[in-house]
Amino acid sequence: MKMTKLAAFAATAMTMASPVLADLVFPSLSYRTGPYAAGGIPFADGYADYFTMVNARDGGIGGVPIKMIECETGYNTEKGVECYESTKGEGALVYQPLSTGITYQLIPKVTADGIPLHTMGYGRTSAANGKVFSNVFNYPANYWNGASNAVNHILDLNGGDINGKTIALVYHNSAYGKEPIRTLEELSKKHGFKLSLLAVDHPGQEQKSQWLQIRREKPDYVVMYGWGVMNQVAVQEAANIRFPMENFIGIWWSGGEHDVLPAGDAANGYKALTFHGVGKDYPVFADVQKYVVEPGNAAGAGDQIGTAVYNRGFYAAMLAVEAAKTAQEIHGVKDITPAMMRDGMEALVIDEAKMTALGMPNFGPSFSVSCENHGGPGLGGVAQWDAGAKEWKLISDFAPSDMEVIGDLIVEDSMAFAAENNIEERCK
Amino acid sequence: MSANFYFGVEVFLNGLMAGVMYSLVALGFVLIFKASGIFNYAQGVMALFAALTLVGFQNGQIPFAHLINAIFGTDLHHFGWHMPAFLAILCALGVMILFAFIVERYILKHLVNQEPIILFMATIGLAYFMEGLGDLMWGSDIKKLDVGIPQGGNIWLEEKTAFLGGEDFYGFYLDNLDIWATVLAAILVTSLVLFSQYTKTGRALRAVADDHQAALSVGISLRTIWVIVWSIAGFVALVAGIMWGSKSGVQFSLSLIALKALPVLMLGGFTSIPGAIIGGLIIGVGEKMFEFLIGAPFLGGATENWFAYMLALLFLVFRPQGLFGEKIIERV
Repeated sequence: MKMTKLAAFAATAMTMASPVLADLVFPSLSYRTGPYAAGGIPFADGYADYFTMVNARDGGIGGVPIKMIECETGYNTEKGVECYESTKGEGALVYQPLSTGITYQLIPKVTADGIPLHTMGYGRTSAANGKVFSNVFNYPANYWNGASNAVNHILDLNGGDINGKTIALVYHNSAYGKEPIRTLEELSKKHGFKLSLLAVDHPGQEQKSQWLQIRREKPDYVVMYGWGVMNQVAVQEAANIRFPMENFIGIWWSGGEHDVLPAGDAANGYKALTFHGVGKDYPVFADVQKYVVEPGNAAGAGDQIGTAVYNRGFYAAMLAVEAAKTAQEIHGVKDITPAMMRDGMEALVIDEAKMTALGMPNFGPSFSVSCENHGGPGLGGVAQWDAGAKEWKLISDFAPSDMEVIGDLIVEDSMAFAAENNIEERCK
Repeated sequence: MSANFYFGVEVFLNGLMAGVMYSLVALGFVLIFKASGIFNYAQGVMALFAALTLVGFQNGQIPFAHLINAIFGTDLHHFGWHMPAFLAILCALGVMILFAFIVERYILKHLVNQEPIILFMATIGLAYFMEGLGDLMWGSDIKKLDVGIPQGGNIWLEEKTAFLGGEDFYGFYLDNLDIWATVLAAILVTSLVLFSQYTKTGRALRAVADDHQAALSVGISLRTIWVIVWSIAGFVALVAGIMWGSKSGVQFSLSLIALKALPVLMLGGFTSIPGAIIGGLIIGVGEKMFEFLIGAPFLGGATENWFAYMLALLFLVFRPQGLFGEKIIERV
């Protein structure tokens, strides 16, 4: 009896002495309620489902399980900061707040706390300058890339000459919506098009004035930076005034199924930019079905798979997992810290071979991140809405944006931020 | 006349139409305030809830399906029917009447003789409860609302007026949905006025609005009147929900349309049905014309939200009770 107890004690002691791997914590600052929930839910579902799949299929990242902590922000900046404060102590490896307002508040906090922040396709654009923003990443594309992608698409449609054309920007009257103005102004000087600016106040339920102005001025193209109800109303108003939908191009945050479905057939032909694949025709979704949906572990009802914003959340989680793997390789440990995660993000390489191996061939552009460049290549594609089939169709390759213009703007803005905050340049 | 003049007229007409849409929301506030002295913070959410319920009935959606599935592991979503719009509207109206009963039975009854601020607080609670309930019942995805009201520019009007203003003018643009909203608002207001003037219940309603104590003393049941008023406000919310929901799809930001009603109420007064209409028209025309003449050309646009409140504030300074509101005299 004594020997048995001794053996049990020894076994317990040995177990306790061996290194115990903690979970890898990925907070999800989501918004499933409130006026912006329609966009927040599919993103949160995609983000969660990828982690669930990796846990179920691969046993986590390098054998360490992922623990995702979801915190509801309601797209409210104060709540977003509260979520950050309440979850960072759990060992959070990276934050993706899906809100430009929250991003701006978190930039100084994550820098002080040494936690990386990934704002994919949103946030502070000049954070692409890794020399200034050590902990903020916005690969593979940002708002300014989007503005340039839209202009490049218009250039393609016009044989490279848009001199004398008019492009109207319909934008959410917020920090987010105003982001592309400077870039478009520079591109307007370069290409000779006339830029017309039309602001829409939150939430954007009433846009009669803006669309009457568009009807009066008859711009050749309309570019939209909208979010939430503003998108659905804009698409409907554009249809009402019979603006040609193929000349109406939304940024990726104006390119969800929920943005076009309420307008029905009238939305046919509307275009939206994207930096990732659309639809569910990728092998990885078979794994999602097998390891996530069928066992009943899908984050939502499992009906969002393949939708534009779900795919974006899914893609964001994939990039986070690949960065964590890179961090594990660099540091030779499985149980990585936020600082190691940051290193992994800064050394991230995504190529076609890797994406194919992940079951996501051509899902996004190939790119690599570096100490200097936290923004990636800024490649963007154009998707067009097919109202009959109720699906987006990618109608272009992932093409480069005008880095000649954007690069200068990023340096200018980030250096001003560095001067204001006494930040010394890194990567020397 | 130049094309610009006609564009100005077009903006004016669209301002009137937008004003009618604001009035539809403001009407619900007025009805409840008039009968019970309660500023119903939940009016915007009632419009959202009514529209969600309408689409739910139309599409045969199973209420609380997500909750049921999560608890019992089922995979329920729809009953498998598509209900005709008219029947769905009647069913949604039934739910709003039931809602009125519940509000009276479980909230208002317990708050009789409480301070107005307490009643206001109760409606704030009610608003958030309803928003959560709507989410739980019908889900938070955006739903397309189609009850057969035509949308898009009125082509007939465009063609008939295209000759005005020369080559640069393309005819007046008016949204068919807004035209319908105007017709419906006119019918609604006329019905409400006739109801309150010529029916026994309507007179009782007015008596309660004038003096609760006096109405009680002559045998009018305050509780019945409250149920009726909240039911009518629920119906008005349903109409507003249909009109606004047809524009943007039914989604949770629909509750924010209440923000558009506040300046209308400040201007038209909280106790006048015609005031809600006239106030809406003034706000609609005022904000649209300001945006057209000053906002867009000189101030960078997006002036409508703040200008509506500024206009209402200006009226308040000179006429605190609003254009048609009753002057409140507190006897010491």
